[in-house]
This record gives sequence, C-alpha cells and structure tokens, in this order.
Amino acid sequence: MPVPAYSVYEQAILFIAALVVFTSFLMLGQKRLSGMIHLFAAQGALLAATTALAAYALPYPHLYVSALIIVTLKVILIPAMLHRLIVRLDMHRDAEPLYLYGYVMMAAAALVMFSYYVVEPIEHLSTLATRNAMAVSLAVVLLGMLLMITRRQVVTHVIGFMAIENGLFFAAVASTQGMPMVVELGIAFDVLVAAVIFGVFFFHIRSSIDSLDVDRLNRLSEVEP
Amino acid sequence: MDWLLALIQAVLFTLLAPLFSGWLKWVKCLLQNRRPPPPWQPYRDLRKLFGKRPVVADTASWLFPVTPYVVFCAAALSGAIVPFFAVDLPTAAIADMIVLVGFFALGRFFLALAGMDVGTAFGGMGSSREMTIASLAEPAMLMAIFTLALTASTTNISVAIDYLLDTGLALRPSFLFALGGLLLVAVAETGRIPIDNPATHLELTMIHEAMILEYSGRHLALIEWAGQIRLMLYGVLIANIFLPWGLAREFTPEALGIGAAAIAAKLGALAVALALAETSVAKMRLFRVQEFLGFAYLLSLLGMLSHIILEV
Repeated sequence: MPVPAYSVYEQAILFIAALVVFTSFLMLGQKRLSGMIHLFAAQGALLAATTALAAYALPYPHLYVSALIIVTLKVILIPAMLHRLIVRLDMHRDAEPLYLYGYVMMAAAALVMFSYYVVEPIEHLSTLATRNAMAVSLAVVLLGMLLMITRRQVVTHVIGFMAIENGLFFAAVASTQGMPMVVELGIAFDVLVAAVIFGVFFFHIRSSIDSLDVDRLNRLSEVEP
Repeated sequence: MDWLLALIQAVLFTLLAPLFSGWLKWVKCLLQNRRPPPPWQPYRDLRKLFGKRPVVADTASWLFPVTPYVVFCAAALSGAIVPFFAVDLPTAAIADMIVLVGFFALGRFFLALAGMDVGTAFGGMGSSREMTIASLAEPAMLMAIFTLALTASTTNISVAIDYLLDTGLALRPSFLFALGGLLLVAVAETGRIPIDNPATHLELTMIHEAMILEYSGRHLALIEWAGQIRLMLYGVLIANIFLPWGLAREFTPEALGIGAAAIAAKLGALAVALALAETSVAKMRLFRVQEFLGFAYLLSLLGMLSHIILEV
C-alpha cells in the first residue's frame, strides 16, 4: 500500500518505527558509554511516542498506560541508573574500540533484510495498518543481539539486552493491540529488577577481575597458574 | 515558448551559481564574526580571472587546457536539465538521475586526469584523494536516488517531482534517510568542511585545491565556476526533490514568479543551514572520511530498506 493511502497517525507510527531501527544502528556505531545511554533513552522515547500514537489513533486507551510506563522506566529511570553507575565506576569518559566496524554495519543491514523476509508471510495474517512495523521490531531484537555479540563491555551488553526488550515490546504494540496489562506490568518490573541486579553485578565483576571487559571472563580459572 | 523558457532557466542557473556560493560565504563570515565580502564577490573574482592569461606548464599535454571546458560544459549541462523553478520543461526528457550522476563522474574524471597530467606531486595526490572520496560517495548517492526512484517508479527527476506534487504531503521515513544520505554526499562531493576546506591552500589537507593547483587565468575561472554550479546543483536537487512545493507546473507569469521565489527561499535557507554546519564542525582527518561516507551509505541503505519494509 502506498504511503499516502494511510491516515496521518499510521504514517506517523511507521515513520517513528523507522527512527527506532535507526537508533539501533546508531547504537552499533556508538563508541562512548554515555552516548550509548542517551541513545537508549532516545529509543525508549520513540517507543513511547509510538505507543501513545497507537493508543490515540487505533484507539486502545490502555496503551496510554504502557506509554507512561515506558517513559518512566526506559526514558528516565533506567538511563539515570545506568548513568549513575558508569559515573561511579568512573567509566563515563571511556570509549570502546569498535571491532570490524564495517562488517558489523553490513551484518546489521543484512539482519534487517533477513527479518523482513522472515516476517513477511506472518504480516499477511494481520489486518492492522501497523503490521509493516513487525519486521522493524524483529530487526530491533536482532540488532540488540548483534550489539551484545560484537562488544566486550558489560554495560554495552546490558544496553543491548534492554534494546532487545524494546524490540519485543514494539512487536507487541505493532502487531497486536498491546499485551494485557498484567503481563506488561510484570515485564516492566522484570526489566527494572534486571537493571538493579546488573548494577550489583557490575561491581562484583569489577572487584573480581578488575575490569568490565567480558573477554577477560574467559580467562578465569580456579587455580592460579 | 517552452524551449525559450528552458533556455532561460539554464542560463539563469549558470549565472546565479556564483551568487549562491557568494551568499553562502557571506553567511559563513557573519557567523564567524568576520566582515563578509559582498555576495557578488565571486563575480568579481571570475571577471578578474577571465582577464588573465592562463599559464600552462611545458610538460602539460593537450588534456590540460581541454579539461576546464569539459568540466564546465558537464556542470552547465547538468544545471540545464535539472528542474530549477519549473517542471515539465522540454529539457525534462533528459533529466534522468543516472545521467546526472554520469555528468558528475565525467567532470570528475577529466579533473582527476588533468591533476596528474602536469606531473607535480600535489596534482597526483589531489586526484588520488578525490577519486577515493568519489568512489565512496557515488554508491551512497545512487542508493539515495534509487530510493526516490522506487517511490515514484521513475528515474526521471521531473516526472518524480510531478509524482510527489500530485500525492501531496506524506510522512515517508525513506525520504528522511535519503535526505540525510544525500546531504552528507553533497558535503563530500562539493568539498565542503568536514571533508575538504574550500578556503585553504594548506598542503596536507587540501583535496580539490590540490588537483587544480596548476591552473590559472580563464582555465581556473571555468573550473571555479563549474564548482559553484555543482554546489548549487546539489542544493537545487535536495530542495526540489525533498521540498518540491512551489515549483511552477504551468507556464504562467504568476506560477513562474512563485516558483522563482520558492527556490530562492529554499536555497537561501539551505545555504544558512550549510553555513551553520560548517561553522560548528571541525574538518575531519582524511582517514576518517570513509567513516563519514560509510554513514552516508548506511543512511541511504536504510532509506531503501524502510521504503521496502514500511511503505510498500
């Protein structure tokens, strides 16, 4: 269906969907941890905007609550927590080297295409105007995984993990009418708890191997050689 | 009548190009707290250069004096076919995007050859750098253009703009990405600040200036003029493809007047934006250019992907 056939709200939702996947790409290319956290917050804000738009346009009023949860958790609370953590760990000025930057970007583009081909047959089952965004949400999940695979910094891994959760949530909004409120609240608190536990783990990992580089975890052994 | 209009448009494009770059320089000077030369300063420079006898090195072959004319003709011809303030002119039949990219490549090819022709170190270095950048920028530009071509199902610029005017305002994510990609490519291809500094003759950083270092007199004037046309060409392309509103579609005096005013306003605003960007960004190391253009390619690719995924 050509774009002008959609209503303004549907156009806006698809437009923001494209921006969400773009933030995932920017995360893959971001060296600095603080920049990464800002990008994560921006992705959360875009996600909240999509949800609110869907709530207004489709109309599913309970999605307003989801949008509110996203804003408080993923735009304010978790980024603030992560930021405080990296300031306390004195890592907020660190820049992580990007390994095989060009290949990672190519792999990311390939993943987007892959998710399009995977999701295409499923899309035909849905009648929602926003069904095209399903491929985008799968792409965000896969890009989050790629981020976790290609980086060595624990904080980046956590952000990749949260980005995966963003993608899943986006899929729920775009392909159905949002998850039931109980499930949504459960996930939201899971994410929050995960963020807290990750914070504790950062300190443990650092005190045991004196670094947050995941690669060095491979070299742990019980007996000192 | 139509042909007369097309001719007027082509001549105006060529004549106004120095004014555009003069205006850009004027805004930039103001932003940097310097006293600006008047916007028509490039005309004075061109007149001065045309009045001087060109000096050609003994080692130069026939290629060296021919190149400025080829470069200028390629630039002026591409300026003639791009819709400037009206669409559906008779020249629109050859206003193909791929032809346009070909014209750019033709001018660049001759310039690079001429840079190496005399045999100085700087010329060769400039040519090598220019071709490196071009080889990275061209795929990004083509990708952005294909995004537009997919949307309008044509590679003809005039028909594509017609299509966009017919469908009216629509939020297209692919266009946003293509616009971003094309802006970055335009900055790289016209030798503006993060890639190349148009105002310097510092040996180690110059790219475009290194290539044309041996030129003087009217040869230099033609090359500079061609550069100004190319800058304006990118500006007009970006303004008219992504913001086509105001372009004249019938050839009445009012419509043409509105078209001219609209393109003047768009170009003026674009120049201000470019000047702001140039003032706030520092020049990039040469070896980071590939990251910059890789990002441009990524944007264009995302534009095409989001067109296929979200808009079809």
